[in-house]
Amino acid sequence: MSPQAIRKIILEQSHSAHVGHIGCSLSVTDILCSLYGGVLRVEASDDPERDRFVLSKGHAALALYAVLALKGLIPLEQTGTYCSGQTLLGVHPEHDLPGVDFCTGSLGMGLSMATGAALAARLQKSPRRVWTLLSDAECDEGSTWEAVMFAGHHRLSNLTAIIDFNGQQAFGYTRDVLDQSTMADRWRAFGWAVEEVDGHDVAAMTAALERPRDVAPRVLIAHTVFGKGVSFMERQIKWHYYPMSAEQYAQAMKEIGATP
Amino acid sequence: MRAAFIRTLTEIAEADARVVLLTGDLGFSVMEPFAEKFPERFFNVGVAEQNMVGMATGLAEAGLVPFVYSIITFASLRAYEFIRNGPVHHRLPVRIVGIGGGFEYGHAGLTHYGLEDLGVMRLQPGLTVVAPADHQQAANALRATWNLPNPIFYRMGKDDAAFVPGLDGRFALGRMEMVREGSDLVIVTIGAIASEAVAAAEILAGQGVNCTVAVVSSFNPSPSDDLAALLGKFRKVMTVEVHYENGGVGSWVAEVIAERGLACQLVRCAVPRTPSGMSAPQNIMENAFGLSREALANTALSHL
Repeated sequence: MSPQAIRKIILEQSHSAHVGHIGCSLSVTDILCSLYGGVLRVEASDDPERDRFVLSKGHAALALYAVLALKGLIPLEQTGTYCSGQTLLGVHPEHDLPGVDFCTGSLGMGLSMATGAALAARLQKSPRRVWTLLSDAECDEGSTWEAVMFAGHHRLSNLTAIIDFNGQQAFGYTRDVLDQSTMADRWRAFGWAVEEVDGHDVAAMTAALERPRDVAPRVLIAHTVFGKGVSFMERQIKWHYYPMSAEQYAQAMKEIGATP
Repeated sequence: MRAAFIRTLTEIAEADARVVLLTGDLGFSVMEPFAEKFPERFFNVGVAEQNMVGMATGLAEAGLVPFVYSIITFASLRAYEFIRNGPVHHRLPVRIVGIGGGFEYGHAGLTHYGLEDLGVMRLQPGLTVVAPADHQQAANALRATWNLPNPIFYRMGKDDAAFVPGLDGRFALGRMEMVREGSDLVIVTIGAIASEAVAAAEILAGQGVNCTVAVVSSFNPSPSDDLAALLGKFRKVMTVEVHYENGGVGSWVAEVIAERGLACQLVRCAVPRTPSGMSAPQNIMENAFGLSREALANTALSHL
C-alpha cells in the first residue's frame, strides 16, 4: 500500500465514473495509508475482534475503497464498479460492503457511532480499538460535540479520532465560514489528548497513532491540503464537486507519477 | 407502562448480558431498578439524544442490544436522522423507547406532545413500531419483541394502572387484538387511548349500538390482513388515536381500505391541528380534540 497507489485508484475511478468528490479523497489519502498500512488490526472484515473504523467524512469513501482493495479486503476489480448503478461502492460508503463497519455520509454522526463502538469494546472487555476520521468542517455539527463530551467524560482511551484539517468545506474556507483555528484547544477542554501532525507524513502519523495509550480518548489533528498531489485541485473549493475532463485526468495522473 | 417496561427490561437484562440501557437524562423515579441492579450497563448520556442513538448503533454493531430512552418527541424526532442512518440502514437491534404518546405530558405543552411519532417511525422500512395499549400489554410486547434482529421503536405510555378491558395483556407482533365484538360499527384504536375507545363502545352499547373494538399494537409488520378481514364485515370504521390525523392508525386504515378495494367508510378521530395555546392536563387536551369517551360515542352516532 502506498499513497501513490491510493491516489491512482481515486483518479482512475472518479474519472471513469465521471464523479466528483476528488479533492477530499486526495486530502485523506495519506491518513488512510497510515491507518490501513499497519495501524489498524483488521485482517478479516468479519472478525468480531477486529478494530473498528468509521469514515465519518463519508464523502471521501473512494479513498477508503482504494485502501480496502489494496489491503485485500475487497477485490481490486470491485473498485471499477464505483458509482456504476449495481454497486456497493457509492460516493458515500454502505456497510454491506466488506470492510465498511458503518455507513456514513451525513456529517456529525460518525463520532457517535465510534464512541458507541468504543464503549462496546470496554463493556465486552475486548482489546479492540476504534478509529474515526472526521473532517474539520464536520465539527460545525453540534452532535459531534455530544460525542466528544461523552467520550471525554468516560475516558474512552480505546478511541482515536483523526481530523482531516484541510481548512475547507463545501461552500467556503473554514476561516470564513466558522473559524476552526482553536480546534486543539476545544478537544483538550473536553478531556481529550490532542496531537497535531502533518497529515501527509505517513511515518509521522503512524508513529503518533502507535504511541502508547493515554487514559483519555485521543484526537490527531492532521494538517492536510485539500486535493493533495494534483496542483490544479489543491485548496480549490470547486474540486469538492467537479469531475475531471480527459485533459485534467491526464494531467492529474502525470502529477502523481502514474500512468493512465 | 413505563414502570412495567423497566421492570420487564430488568428481568430480561438479568437473563441476557447483551442488554444495555441508555437514557437522555430522563427517567427519574422510573429507571432506578435497572440502574441499581446493572450500573455497568446503565448510562445517562446527558441531554444528547442524537449521540445516544449514534452510540447505540455502535453498541449494537458489536453484538449488544441497546435500549435508548427519552420523552417520545426527543426520542423520535430529535434523533430521527440518526435512527434512519444508524439502526435502520444498518439493520441493527437498537430499541428506541419513547415515553408519553399523545398528550400524556399534559401541562408540559407543545414540545412534549407525541403527535407524529407513529407516522414518522412506521414509514421507515424495517423499523418495527410497537405501541402498547396498557401496562400489561407493554410487558408482554417487550418480552415478545426485545430480541428481534431488527430495530424497534416503542411508544410507551406513562400510565401503569389503567388497563384495556378485554385485552388481558395479549400481544402478537403484526396482529390485531379484538377486545369487544359488535356488528354495527368497528373501532380501530392504538395506544393508551384504547381504554377510552372501549368505554365509548360501552356507552354506545347502552344506546343499542354494538361495536367491535380492535386494538392495533404494531406496525412493520402491520396487521393489514387482520384489518382487511375485519373491515370486510363493516360499512363504517372509526379510528381512535392521540396522534395527528396523518400518518398514524387512521392513515394506515385508509391505506388498507384503498389497496384492498374495500367498501368501508373511514371516520378518523385524531388531532387535526397543532395544539397551540392550550397546555392542560391530558384529559382536558383529549376532550378538546373530541377524544373523550362521550365525544367518541357522539362521533360514532353522528356517522351511523
